[in-house]
Amino acid sequence: MALRNMVQALNLALRQEMAKDERVVVFGEDVARQGGVFRVTEGLLDQFGGRRVFDTPVSEAGIIGISTGLALAGMRPVCEIQFSGFMFNALHQLGLMAARYRCRSRGLFSVPMVVRAPWGGGVRALELHNESEEAVYAQMPGLKVVIPSRPRRARALLLASIRDPDPVVFLEPKRVYRSLREEVPDDEEVFPIGEAEIIRHGRHLTLITYGALLQECLQAVEQAERDFQVSIEVIDLLTIVPLDTRTIVESVQKTGRCVVVHEAPRSCGIASEIIARINEQCLLYLHAPVARVTGYDIPYPFFAREHAYLPNVPRILDAIRRTLEF
Amino acid sequence: MPRQQLAQFHVDYLQILDENGRVDTTLEPPLPEATLWQVHRCMTLARMLDRRMHILQQQGRLGTFPSCYGQEAAGLGCVLALRQDDWLVPCYRENSALLYRGLPLHNLLLFWMGLEEGAYWPRELRVLSIPILIGSQTLHAVGLALASQIRGANEVTMVFFGDGATSEGDFHEACNLAGVYQAPVVFVCVNNQYAISVPRSQQSRSETLAQKAIAYGFPGLVVDGNDVLACYVAAQEAVERARLGRGPTLLECLTYRLGPHTTADDPRRYRSEQERQQWEARDPLKRWRIYLEQRGLWSEQQQAELERELQAEIELAVHQAEQIAAHADPLEMFDFVYAELSPDLLAQRREAAEFLAHSETLSASSVRR
Repeated sequence: MALRNMVQALNLALRQEMAKDERVVVFGEDVARQGGVFRVTEGLLDQFGGRRVFDTPVSEAGIIGISTGLALAGMRPVCEIQFSGFMFNALHQLGLMAARYRCRSRGLFSVPMVVRAPWGGGVRALELHNESEEAVYAQMPGLKVVIPSRPRRARALLLASIRDPDPVVFLEPKRVYRSLREEVPDDEEVFPIGEAEIIRHGRHLTLITYGALLQECLQAVEQAERDFQVSIEVIDLLTIVPLDTRTIVESVQKTGRCVVVHEAPRSCGIASEIIARINEQCLLYLHAPVARVTGYDIPYPFFAREHAYLPNVPRILDAIRRTLEF
Repeated sequence: MPRQQLAQFHVDYLQILDENGRVDTTLEPPLPEATLWQVHRCMTLARMLDRRMHILQQQGRLGTFPSCYGQEAAGLGCVLALRQDDWLVPCYRENSALLYRGLPLHNLLLFWMGLEEGAYWPRELRVLSIPILIGSQTLHAVGLALASQIRGANEVTMVFFGDGATSEGDFHEACNLAGVYQAPVVFVCVNNQYAISVPRSQQSRSETLAQKAIAYGFPGLVVDGNDVLACYVAAQEAVERARLGRGPTLLECLTYRLGPHTTADDPRRYRSEQERQQWEARDPLKRWRIYLEQRGLWSEQQQAELERELQAEIELAVHQAEQIAAHADPLEMFDFVYAELSPDLLAQRREAAEFLAHSETLSASSVRR
């Protein structure tokens, strides 16, 4: 065991899987010589050489498109889109091509690739470097969407993603990259795609989130448990598609109250989908409407205003209070 | 300091078999006679299939489909230069080339009957799925070629697309990436003069489409796309270059879509009958027949026999395809989205199954009444 931040944990996953599986290749803008703008791929070029680790021109559709071709040929490409917002330059390749190959060829072709991208806000970055566009991918059947929140699971989920037979969009909360460390075992560890994790158990309310906001949620929960004398269950989704409906429903059946927190815009976001599933499967267990704490339905602001946009501890706490008091 | 010329470029044009069937014997490739006949067979089959498909479409037995009429030579000529372990990435008018490669006829029918079964063909053909989104396949081809390069496999990838695709960003990115990595890929632009109704002149101000290659650092060549021999020779050079690690080539095959864009299109709205007739005079099948005849490989009688045989083949394929279509289970639309069905998709599949069973009961009871 060693303490590692998320950058180191992801790097470990790539390094170990590349050593184990020759089919794994890593490429993207600035990933080889530079090791990625966040250094996630640092050292891979030296260890595995230019055939398996290479820089691309500034070419997002190109990256996703050749990644698709490599995967069709039986390779295991792990490509990087430098910031997830740049994925919009490649959405046709991702959603209309990579996502559909298996289905449109009845399994003759498949695209076992991973698209990694730094995701989300909160690091005072430039415009379009802060997007939370996961709901876009959730509308593209054929893709899986994974968003880890802490280093250990990030590593274990990246391994699972590389080994997955289908295309996985792997979104890395850049705010967490270096902001917290965790014990990450040296030995290989895999965490299955499609499973949410109950971070702490509770009886009175279920708090559901993913990505960087898990930290704010945990702070808010500690304070709420003190202030309101309740116990709160916290679910870290980890996988957005396919959503672990069962864990959500079982928890809400137990607690009867639920708050969903994400930084993406509110309307038609992942919280909307979670609430719909709760309505379908356990409406009569609810003691209060399900609340959501999200970004607003506006373009992500320039960074001087992002503090007002992002969900924070007071907003989460307020939603918990309202839901408990309903 | 006077200005200096930094670079100079040229674009060649290649024709070997002219529109009257006259062959330039200095350039004529030594293709075996069996191959020459096979080319004739596949072009004839593609054209007969086209006619049959039009009728099926009018009868409501086939969906909208793009006609290959008039451009049977380009793809086939180029594909003659491939080995079986090379990748073929088609566009949607490469029927003659796909049939030459061994693609089962009923696959093509099923695809345009609106069934994914049509896109499930033998893996060993190394033929990628027929694309719909214009130009998208050029990037997949570069990816396939890079996989060969990374593995040190001596394979080449050949990708087809139309004149319209050269206006897409994907085409630019594919050429740029292929140039940068010197990927073993051959880009074949089948320039049939129209992207639906928009003529070639409005697609790009470039004098030729082949010259676009120059900007990406590899050669481009214009070829008579109705001339199988020229397409073959040009493709062979390009495939050889790729195999030797010298990078990509762009071939622009000049041809003409004699039919509509698809069965939903009426070309009289955007082009003249006179123009069409000019191109009809350059029909690839006509000149190939003359070429074979000159070499003593063609007679009226052989042609009649061939057409009878191909007609039977087509009817058998139509029958096979319709049998498969009749038994296609709509619920299978869920089964290939992922390698494994998620619990939620499984639930949706059950929901659809119940509804389908219910509506079948309803329609059965209404028939009884």
